[in-house]
Amino acid sequence: MSEWMTYRLSDFLMFSPSTYFRQFELYNADVWPAHIMTLTLGAACLWLSRQPIAAPQRALPAILAGCWLWVAWGYLYTRYATINWAASYFAGAFVLQAILLFLVGTFGKKLEFGGSIQRAQKAGIAIFLIAMIVQPLIGVIAGRPWVEAEVFGLAPNPTVAATLGLLLAARRWRWELFVIPALWCGIDGATRLAMEAPDFWVMPVVAILVIGLAAAAAIDRRRAARQL
Amino acid sequence: MSRRKSISRRALLESMLAGGLGAALLPFKGLAMAAPDITKRIPSSGEALPLVGLGSWITFNVGNDRRALNSCADVVRAFFAAGGRLIDSSPMYGSSQATIGYALNKLGDPETLFAADKVWTSSAARGPTQIEQSRRHWDVRAFDLLQVHNLRAWERHLDLLFGMKDEGRLRYVGVTTSHGRRHGDLERIMKRHPLDFVQMTYNASHRAVERRLLPLARERGIAVIANRPYDGGRLIRRAKREVLPSWAAEIGAANWPEFLLKFVVSHPAVNCAIPATTQVVHVRENMRASSGLLPDQATRRRMAAHIRQL
Ligand SMILES: NC(=O)c1ccc[n+]([C@@H]2O[C@H](COP(=O)([O-])OP(=O)(O)OC[C@H]3O[C@@H](n4cnc5c(N)ncnc54)[C@H](OP(=O)(O)O)[C@@H]3O)[C@@H](O)[C@H]2O)c1
Repeated sequence: MSEWMTYRLSDFLMFSPSTYFRQFELYNADVWPAHIMTLTLGAACLWLSRQPIAAPQRALPAILAGCWLWVAWGYLYTRYATINWAASYFAGAFVLQAILLFLVGTFGKKLEFGGSIQRAQKAGIAIFLIAMIVQPLIGVIAGRPWVEAEVFGLAPNPTVAATLGLLLAARRWRWELFVIPALWCGIDGATRLAMEAPDFWVMPVVAILVIGLAAAAAIDRRRAARQL
Repeated sequence: MSRRKSISRRALLESMLAGGLGAALLPFKGLAMAAPDITKRIPSSGEALPLVGLGSWITFNVGNDRRALNSCADVVRAFFAAGGRLIDSSPMYGSSQATIGYALNKLGDPETLFAADKVWTSSAARGPTQIEQSRRHWDVRAFDLLQVHNLRAWERHLDLLFGMKDEGRLRYVGVTTSHGRRHGDLERIMKRHPLDFVQMTYNASHRAVERRLLPLARERGIAVIANRPYDGGRLIRRAKREVLPSWAAEIGAANWPEFLLKFVVSHPAVNCAIPATTQVVHVRENMRASSGLLPDQATRRRMAAHIRQL
């Protein structure tokens, strides 16, 4: 039997659930009232995605990139990394995603929104709104205190889920932008599962939903194009 | 070596621990710290250590959270107050080393500390830097024991550690494994190298080491530290749901922690067990296993059979 087969998921968990979630409480207290600013930025993203002309839309990936950069520094590198040495690698991946968002979306102008709203786009907006409004409450539903709420632009999960929502809501899907968010969803799911947190399924479901809907819609589009 | 500043209370303690292969009674009172009344000697030096130490995996990895840091310091305080000495950590354990350093500073650097840490890197070249970083986190002058964590790059790290010992910068050298992994390698290393300590998982539900490794440790004069004495908490949580058998009183076990730990430390080859905890009440319970009676072979068999049924 290979040595790896002797490991359980919980063997990789190097902190207790209370330590992990308390980090959000301390973080929220430290950065308050930045929550108002990041939620306003989120609302601005939604507004920008509905603008008919391309120029303002280019600000959207730049805002998202800024949020990813902040999460990389403000949470992953300076806080989470104090209890999980792997978090500095996660921070690096978040910086990479910020660069990709900026290069592909803002600089490369390849992330366009608007046009006719299909099922996938509607689902993308819905996921974005859930990430902004419902996700901070998930901890409370799971039985954790509200002071540990995870908020868009500050904590990784709502930032990743909102980004995935907006990527799905784009007119064309830039698959290279899906990779890091999807990986994060897997990592978060595994971490919460190991902690026996009741909301362990949320991020993996978001990733599966977004990628599944985008893939199905891409196949439909290809079929429709062939029939033309 | 970790914090000796003068002829310490520990030296006094040791000088009074004359004779006896296994348990030794400490007759004196009046110390600020309670002395555990059972100790076992490290075969390579004869130095006596209490039967229960303190682990730090997960429990002390609390980052910069001051409230949690203070609560860990309370655990360490209760540990020393009950006569504990050996604290075990590793650079793998997140902020645990820094938490120990915080607690030691807060407690005024207890001189009885026996600082046990590890080297955990696959790069031989990084070993000395990592050890120095760990030392800074603990804020001790030097470690008493350094172990190669999970046998990672063990050949090169052992050279380094034996070199440090020869230069007088380290008192004891060891290797660790856990969860029953790499026992074959461990056996080979124990046979070939003059180790002072070996650390392995041993508890009432994981007894594989009884077959070869524990007898080999005795034969080779290597002190054994038993990690995961509660199987990471599973065993004690399961046990605490049941009533303690009435015959536990015969071995002086008033509660489940004492029962489970006494099973581990009463093995003739085991020097100490290192349960980790976040709670002062638990560390006090655990430390009680370092005093009173120890079960004999027949009682150990009975204990193991009872735990199997849980
Ligand atoms: N390869 C290696 O070198 C290696 C591998 C594994 C472990 N280790 C070392 O061995 C140490 C011990 O192993 P471990 O921490 O994995 O597991 P463990 O000591 O078997 O179990 C720790 C758990 O037991 C609970 N506990 C402790 N005392 C208790 C009591 N009196 N009543 C009820 N619950 C109690 C603690 O919870 P509370 O916080 O609620 O008390 C904690 O969750 C580690 O901390 C580490 O230093 C080394």
